[in-house]
Amino acid sequence: MTSTNFDPRILKAPHPVPGAPDNWKRFLSFNTDAKVIGIQYIATSLLFLLVGGLLAMIVRGELITPPADLVDPTVYNGLYTMHGTVMLFLFLFPVLNGLNNLLIPTMIGAPDMAFPRLNAAAFWLVPVFAVLLMGSFFIPGGPAQAGWWSYPPISIQNPLGHFINGEQIWLLAVALSGISSIFGAINFVTTIIRMRAPGMGFFKMPLYCWTAWGAQTIQLIGLPALTGGAIMLLFDLSFGTSFFRPEGGGDPVLYQHFFWFYSHPAVYVMVLPVFGIFSEVFTCYARKPLFGYKFVALASFGIVFLSLIVWVHHMFYTGTPNWMRILFMFTTMTIAVPTGVKVFAWVATLWGGKLRLTTPMLFCLGGLLNFIFAGITGVMLGTVPIDIHVGNTYFVVAHFHYVIFNAIVLGVFAAVYHWFPKFTGHMYYEGLGKLHFVLTFVGCTLNWLPLHWAGLLGMPRRVASYDPEFAIWNVIASIGAFMLGVAAIPFILNMVSSWARGPKSPPNPWGAIGLEWLLPSPPPAENFEDDVPTVINNPYGYGLCQSQVVDEEYYIQRAKEA
Amino acid sequence: MTTTTNKKGPNIRAIVIISVAVALNLLVAFQMARWSYSWFPPQASSAAPYVDDLFALETGIGSFLWFGLTGVIGWTLLFNRAPKYDESYGEPIEGNNRLEITWTVIPTVIVFAIAIYSMQVNDKLEALGPKHKYAIGSDPVAVAAVDPRATVGPIDVIARQWSWEFIYPDGVRSSELHLPINQRVNFRLISEDVNHSFYVPAFRLKQDIIPGSVISYSLTPTREGRFRLRDAMFSGAYFSNNQTDVIVESPESFSSWLKTTAKKPLQPGLSPGSELYAKRLATGDKGWATVPPAPAPMVNDPGDASIPHDA
Repeated sequence: MTSTNFDPRILKAPHPVPGAPDNWKRFLSFNTDAKVIGIQYIATSLLFLLVGGLLAMIVRGELITPPADLVDPTVYNGLYTMHGTVMLFLFLFPVLNGLNNLLIPTMIGAPDMAFPRLNAAAFWLVPVFAVLLMGSFFIPGGPAQAGWWSYPPISIQNPLGHFINGEQIWLLAVALSGISSIFGAINFVTTIIRMRAPGMGFFKMPLYCWTAWGAQTIQLIGLPALTGGAIMLLFDLSFGTSFFRPEGGGDPVLYQHFFWFYSHPAVYVMVLPVFGIFSEVFTCYARKPLFGYKFVALASFGIVFLSLIVWVHHMFYTGTPNWMRILFMFTTMTIAVPTGVKVFAWVATLWGGKLRLTTPMLFCLGGLLNFIFAGITGVMLGTVPIDIHVGNTYFVVAHFHYVIFNAIVLGVFAAVYHWFPKFTGHMYYEGLGKLHFVLTFVGCTLNWLPLHWAGLLGMPRRVASYDPEFAIWNVIASIGAFMLGVAAIPFILNMVSSWARGPKSPPNPWGAIGLEWLLPSPPPAENFEDDVPTVINNPYGYGLCQSQVVDEEYYIQRAKEA
Repeated sequence: MTTTTNKKGPNIRAIVIISVAVALNLLVAFQMARWSYSWFPPQASSAAPYVDDLFALETGIGSFLWFGLTGVIGWTLLFNRAPKYDESYGEPIEGNNRLEITWTVIPTVIVFAIAIYSMQVNDKLEALGPKHKYAIGSDPVAVAAVDPRATVGPIDVIARQWSWEFIYPDGVRSSELHLPINQRVNFRLISEDVNHSFYVPAFRLKQDIIPGSVISYSLTPTREGRFRLRDAMFSGAYFSNNQTDVIVESPESFSSWLKTTAKKPLQPGLSPGSELYAKRLATGDKGWATVPPAPAPMVNDPGDASIPHDA
């Protein structure tokens, strides 16, 4: 890589360009390069995946036997609350924002995000609320213990009566996380709408960008409700208001509406980008175009729209009237349709392909199988009479972990492997990757498949102890959970050693189609700089013998020479 | 298997394979639906059979979809793998509008059919009555609506951190819920501290109890036995212990229980949280903060937590 590739403007920029000697320091600074921010996000979030996973393993350690004998029940409640909080706000949202930062500008041929400083500010809020949340373990009374739902009145009971307490810090952290996500969402949506390469109409845009666009639109619509709800709850907790406090005439169920109006769509904020990853990975490793590209793209916004009108299905048994149950059951059931369109399209994409079972492909296949399963239990939960029985039991826990871990996190792993060579410039080790996949897939199946039966038999979620008849399911689940802990070892080993000394990656090691693969690995600071390619064809033209951009050979050659 | 695309006339082999696969899948799905009944606790209320039937139907449809889709994916994994060093592409099919319409319309019809059937099942449960708000501290019973079709009750169900108390119309108080079989019972669900949930897995029924509101709730037990009543909405430190038993018995034993219990003096009832909290205080009050448990309710029948439950 020579400096002649760069615009003089960039050389004068305050941050060092990739390849400059003190290169690693930029990851610890207020850097405005989207690719640096993306790696900052991903590294931070993977660290918190370990923290959240450790909390989960203590939880599963407690649940391996029926009585509450490992930790005090209050500690158990704090641990599972923080497990959920860490996994959502410090792992999943940041890791997806990291992928957005890496992928959106490179996929649409933009030099950077629309608002680079806002982008860096959004990232640097993450360590701020991470320190707040982790610090809350050490204050008198311990961290928040009301579950990640934080339903009042339990969340505002404040047993010690201190002004500063775990719940208050939790609410502040959630509000800060909301602000960070709104910063991010403004950036991503603007970038996608305004900064696409010439010729890249919306229907020539990669699906990852479609789904990220949809997901970030949800953030913009939904997050104000959650952030508002959290602030009202903070006032009830700390300043004696009665928005949700029944003693003062408030309504605890009102909070549930604020919470779920965002927190149901939040699932789609996480799953939509993974749908995008599936579309990228399946086409690349099945060597076929995406089946029904336009339908899959439009289905994303079908899901966005429907996700905003289904939230009451989390409240079928919490004190909502019958008419509301029925109405929201119908809207909930409809969401299976656009999701089904996507699933059928992926299966049709695989059909008759030339499948290469690389690590990212394996993770996506595993994720797709688990997602189909989760979709089926999701429809079951959407029907009122079944939800009344299994709601708030381990059936729900198993279902949403099937979505969030077994589908979303597997998709995230797939993305990390698939784009690792592009953004680090090194290949990962395929053997370690496959070992990671096998341990993860077996572990997550052992962990969450049995818990469906515990739920059907009536084991409530969030319990620290349970009746002995549920023991067998919990023993299997705990073994699976510990296996997932072991699965982290080959992953960390692979990432660290590959980045440090893995073989150099060519610009396009997978023979993939997409603007990001026309860039050198790793891409220079401003991607295509002033030489942005003009897009002429649809993405995913595998086997169609067509160029995606004008003068494709020139860009391929340029990337190789860089 | 892209053999169908360029041939004229029906591809007999493909049709046979697909028909056999669909028939096998139907068989497996049907077996899964039948098997699903064994995944539940016994059916102990009039609602349970409806819920289990609906679940079996959804298990059947879900299994058909699951085995169908995984079968297709498995087929591609077996027969569509690229040999090593094969850099070629699959057949570049970009889509098929007829297929897209099919897999939009058919799932829409299926989910709406399930939703309509669920709506009918929901009507048959007839459990949830009206919810009325009241000011905490005033008498919740004054505002509650009573189910006119219920022959037993209204029984006041009072959930606390962490105990259950059941007050019968004639003033009998109990820590365990005794119910006569095959009679519709009406409850008034009341909480004065935090959210709780009245959940009896054997009845397949669950209703949250919201402080500041009294909710009228009805059900008909249909099987004698001792069933677990579990608090299903997280309620704090000793939430997992906030459980008691529902005893469904013959109308004769129920009325004799009512008579003998009415004569018993009031005594502290089951309060599993209090014991655990006392133990915690005795061992140095370690752990994170919790509110202290509410005092044990004063009841005529304190129940017995050591008797094993049926489900």
